[in-house]
Amino acid sequence: MAEGSLITDELRKLIGVTLETIVFKVEEGAIQRYAQAIGDSNPLYNDPDFASKTKYGRLLAPPGFTGWPVKAGRPTDKLFEFLVKGGAPPRLLDGGVEFEFIEPVGAGDVLTATTKIANITERETRLGKTMFTTVEITFVNQKGDVALKSWSTLIQF
Amino acid sequence: MAKKVYYEDVEVGTEIIPLAKIATTRMLVQWAGASGDFNPLHYDGEFAKAMGVGAPIVHGALKRAWLGQLMTDWIGEQGKLKKLSCQYRGMDYPRRMKTREEPHDGETWWCKGKVTKKYEEGSEHLVECEIWVENGKGEKTTPGSALVALPTRKRK
Repeated sequence: MAEGSLITDELRKLIGVTLETIVFKVEEGAIQRYAQAIGDSNPLYNDPDFASKTKYGRLLAPPGFTGWPVKAGRPTDKLFEFLVKGGAPPRLLDGGVEFEFIEPVGAGDVLTATTKIANITERETRLGKTMFTTVEITFVNQKGDVALKSWSTLIQF
Repeated sequence: MAKKVYYEDVEVGTEIIPLAKIATTRMLVQWAGASGDFNPLHYDGEFAKAMGVGAPIVHGALKRAWLGQLMTDWIGEQGKLKKLSCQYRGMDYPRRMKTREEPHDGETWWCKGKVTKKYEEGSEHLVECEIWVENGKGEKTTPGSALVALPTRKRK
């Protein structure tokens, strides 16, 4: 461990580690409530009859919806605790998110989400010494295809 | 829905049709339920104060979802959103409610964007965009980027 580094040996060992795998059912009502909460009236997300006649064949989920509770692109409390246990600083900010959308997600889909710590870096910021953890979640659908991937950045200082 | 946008219709600098949003305390509660993010930072004033942000703040993921709508409204059913990213740089504070349904006067947020690059790759016609959420003062609190595939007018 470098002099004054926030990244303890214990944290360094977490890079590349798979944290958990969870299965999500994408439900029609949950899609509709999510679209309503965004204020998005797109009939692809709101009207099952309309959506079933499109190439999607079912109610489509807005980008980033992966079943309830939405896990994509969001650092979980569990992860945070895991990092703090490893010696990470206790103050936390959600830095941002990146999504790659590969296959459409819609009502009736079953997504298997695998979360891993993709990287941990540190640098000096206006918050002082700051640690950045990139969490990668891969969502595989019931056909075995990767539907989407998300990377979120957890900022700790 | 919006008029269909083709690859040939856009150039570097083309603006995406802006999307207006008004965040309210009511909306944040609705979002908490619909997304399953029950962090009290977004609805409990005392907790938000103790966390050092002063008052409940708008969920980053809600602003990210607005940016998703900005893109899918623009590209329509024939386009495909391939990538979307954003950074939660600035905090946003929702309007409080005047009645059960109506918020007080106050800030309106705008989701905006413009085309930064267009190129063909394989059979796809791709367009990169700079996107952001801007607060009532015109500050970009949530800058990001998106990659979309658009339909083409060219005959295959």
